[in-house]
Amino acid sequence: MTDWPQTSWPETFDLAVVGGGNAALCAAITAAEAGASVLVLEGAPKPYRGGNSRHTRNFRCMHRAPMDPLVGSYEEDEYFHDLMLVTKGKTDEGLARMAIRSSEECLPWMKAHGVRFQPSLSGTLSLGRTNAFFLGGGKALVNAYYNTAQDLGVKVAYEAQVTHVHLDGDRITHLQAEIAGKPVTVQARAFVLASGGFQADIDWLARAWGPSARNFLIRGTPYNRGVVLRDMLDQGAESVGDPTQCHAVAIDGRAPKYDGGIVTRLDCVPFSIVLNQKGERFYDEGEDVWPKRYAIWGRLVAAQPDQVGYALIDAKSIDLFMPSVFPPVKADTIEELAAKMGLDPQAVRRTVDGFNAACRPGKFHPTELDGLRTEGLDIAKTNWARPLDTAPFYGYQLRPGVTFTYLGLKVDARAQVHGPGGPIRNLWAAGEIMAGSILGQGYLAGFGMTIGTVFGRIAGKEAAAHVA
Amino acid sequence: MSLDLTPTAPLLSATGEARRQIEICNACRYCEGFCSVFPAMTRQKAFADGDLTQLANLCHNCRGCYYACQYTAPHEFALNIPAALAEVRVESWERLARPQALARLFQSHGVAMAGLLVAALAGFFWALAALKPLAGAGFYAHLAHNTLVAIFVPAFLLPLALIALSLRAYWREVGGGRVRLAHLLQAMDSAARMKNLSGGHGEGCNFEKGDRFSDRRRLFHQLMMYGFLLCFAATASGTVMHYAFGWEAPYPLFSLPKLLGVPGGAMMLAGAAGLALLKLRADPALGARRVWGGEMAFILLLGFVALTGLALYAATGTGAVGPLLAVHLAAVMVLFLLMPFSKMVHGFFRLAALVAEAGKPAPVGGAE
Ligand SMILES: Cc1cc2nc3c(=O)[nH]c(=O)nc-3n(C[C@H](O)[C@H](O)[C@H](O)COP(=O)(O)OP(=O)(O)OC[C@H]3O[C@@H](n4cnc5c(N)ncnc54)[C@H](O)[C@@H]3O)c2cc1C
Ligand code: SF4
Ligand code: SF4
Repeated sequence: MTDWPQTSWPETFDLAVVGGGNAALCAAITAAEAGASVLVLEGAPKPYRGGNSRHTRNFRCMHRAPMDPLVGSYEEDEYFHDLMLVTKGKTDEGLARMAIRSSEECLPWMKAHGVRFQPSLSGTLSLGRTNAFFLGGGKALVNAYYNTAQDLGVKVAYEAQVTHVHLDGDRITHLQAEIAGKPVTVQARAFVLASGGFQADIDWLARAWGPSARNFLIRGTPYNRGVVLRDMLDQGAESVGDPTQCHAVAIDGRAPKYDGGIVTRLDCVPFSIVLNQKGERFYDEGEDVWPKRYAIWGRLVAAQPDQVGYALIDAKSIDLFMPSVFPPVKADTIEELAAKMGLDPQAVRRTVDGFNAACRPGKFHPTELDGLRTEGLDIAKTNWARPLDTAPFYGYQLRPGVTFTYLGLKVDARAQVHGPGGPIRNLWAAGEIMAGSILGQGYLAGFGMTIGTVFGRIAGKEAAAHVA
Repeated sequence: MSLDLTPTAPLLSATGEARRQIEICNACRYCEGFCSVFPAMTRQKAFADGDLTQLANLCHNCRGCYYACQYTAPHEFALNIPAALAEVRVESWERLARPQALARLFQSHGVAMAGLLVAALAGFFWALAALKPLAGAGFYAHLAHNTLVAIFVPAFLLPLALIALSLRAYWREVGGGRVRLAHLLQAMDSAARMKNLSGGHGEGCNFEKGDRFSDRRRLFHQLMMYGFLLCFAATASGTVMHYAFGWEAPYPLFSLPKLLGVPGGAMMLAGAAGLALLKLRADPALGARRVWGGEMAFILLLGFVALTGLALYAATGTGAVGPLLAVHLAAVMVLFLLMPFSKMVHGFFRLAALVAEAGKPAPVGGAE
């Protein structure tokens, strides 16, 4: 493996893999183990290798009996049911069930290729049955795979941005890339595209979603700009997934524009009231337990003026959720808090007074739907509704943070990509670039890594068989 | 605990930097399975200086959490937990040492250590010449047993007393509770197996091989620690034999002091060579750079003690015993004197941190 940007290779590789995240590495390792010579083209420089995969922490895994580190069982039908709930049916059932069934053999495969797991994190015990947590998180997983790939003789080029995948009839002939800024043509017999989504291309998001997308924060890598996806779509590749949608969650508004990752998430919504810039509430903060509502708040905040929301909490509730990386704004009065957050103190006062007057006595229970609801408000808070009356008061700014894009390449059960004239004979796709086939909408925690692992392995196997 | 995160004027800048980084970790927690630092941190949302001192002394710079971190430089969060905690740790040893100035000097300056060694050497050569006994066999022919005891007992006990003072100050700073036997046993068990250096998966740490795991540091450290303990036991058994049974050195090979001391010395020597080599290979940016020299000198000093001890044994009956004795005794003397002021003190603090940890309530999870 070369760590420096090498720009030419004497040999024609059996397989060129575009991307350097989970899906790419699973494909590269599988193909190399089957005897293929493999080149991985990672667009990012080495310290940022691994795309969004390096921000992950777990994957969702079917299992019929306890399987270290997973407890209990999580069978195909329950898994599929969970998927149907979040996608509201927007999924390809055949592919989805295949991915779910294959996830079971992923766990031992991952262990055999260097990934280590840990008992579930202290804050996420509820996921200990369905999701296996990577020891050290996604970057540790990515490191393990790069080391395994290196031991198998896989070559890796960093800062290798693929700009064009050349389709000629029903075959890909070569790739065009810029490696450390130098234009390079890469020859290979087979190709796997695993270059992720396009969420880092703000212009693309703005075209699809509208100008408000410019205020979105990108939770993951700045290197997933969808260049290869766009290039393939321009050449008539079959696509799947809603081009206008992305999966966004509400995160701390002070997060960096890119790569803020997990630490910017905010779990405070159920215990707060959330206002927009006008100082008004706009949605039921207590609709459901947070993991289930986590996903909708990105969209809700995105629909507010300037794509920003303000969560207000009082001293009673401040310790009920995981801390975000940024300290909350703190004040002794509601007015002072509003002023510090750039809101109109009078408007916020009115909203808080109205809310407080609508709260009813009852038993508050932070970890279950307690039915403690407001009465008489246009927008009710249907659980955990306690008046904001105990100083000091705290506030967090919320903004939409994009995790995932849906538009992708349509693949079949062999991960093969289809062009205008049917299957492209030496081209496969894996990971987020094709995930829209299965995740047409919504998001199921841990499923992104499952899709990448399952389809990465299939793509690697098929590509190796093709060149054998 | 309130969530006022406005940093209370930090004792030291290293503590402030560690606080900034640990708060990021506490919102992430991906590294929870690597070692005892991460579960300990989840106990609070805000970190007092004493909390950071405790976390720093739980860490042993295995670097797992550096290579696994998605926020290391060039990311703007610029996390480097192993280095941040190493700085706090060394500062805590210096701050809690009595007298502090000596700790500042010897923790970071290998040259100072070498200087002390030269002075001790001169002292022992003088002692050999001036205090040569009229009778006595083996090395007691060079230095009477009572003279040796008169020199070494205070040189050993005084530093230990100073360390005890430091540990008391440590216990106050980190808010340690009542010590129970169970806590002691739990801590001893962790330390004896160096459980936390196994990386949480038993394949070792990331000390010298970048993002690959290796058990070498654990191996060499075990050799060093148990070698040292064997040598210590050898000396202790010799003392007992001397006073209780009137059996004086030199001892034959098949005697307790030799059976313990020779393998012990060999283990220390191998451990020192290995640890020095690993230290050369490891990235200095992931440790406390300032004390690199002092730490290296300390490893070499341990190796030197072992080497001269073995040489002394090999030289039995030859004319080299006199000078070798001076050299060995000088090295041992320096090692003892520097216990509170050198890397040696890490063992005491680490054990204290593990005991304190064993006595704290189990970490609580967030409400995710
Ligand atoms: C903060 C965060 C947390 C997440 N947590 C989880 C989780 O816990 N579990 C889970 O299952 N999913 C999680 N996800 C989703 C998950 O990250 C993705 O589904 C998954 O990583 C996709 O894997 P991939 O290999 O397809 O893409 P990536 O890992 O994003 O890899 C894409 C790769 O392609 C490279 N690339 C892009 N364009 C080019 C080009 N033109 N030329 C060459 N290379 C290029 C990139 O540099 C990158 O290496 C999370 C996402 C985010 C943002
Ligand atoms: S070192 Fe990095 S990955 Fe590990 S817990 Fe801290 S922030 Fe998370
Ligand atoms: S360097 Fe190792 S021991 Fe120290 S905090 Fe990180 S993982 Fe734990």
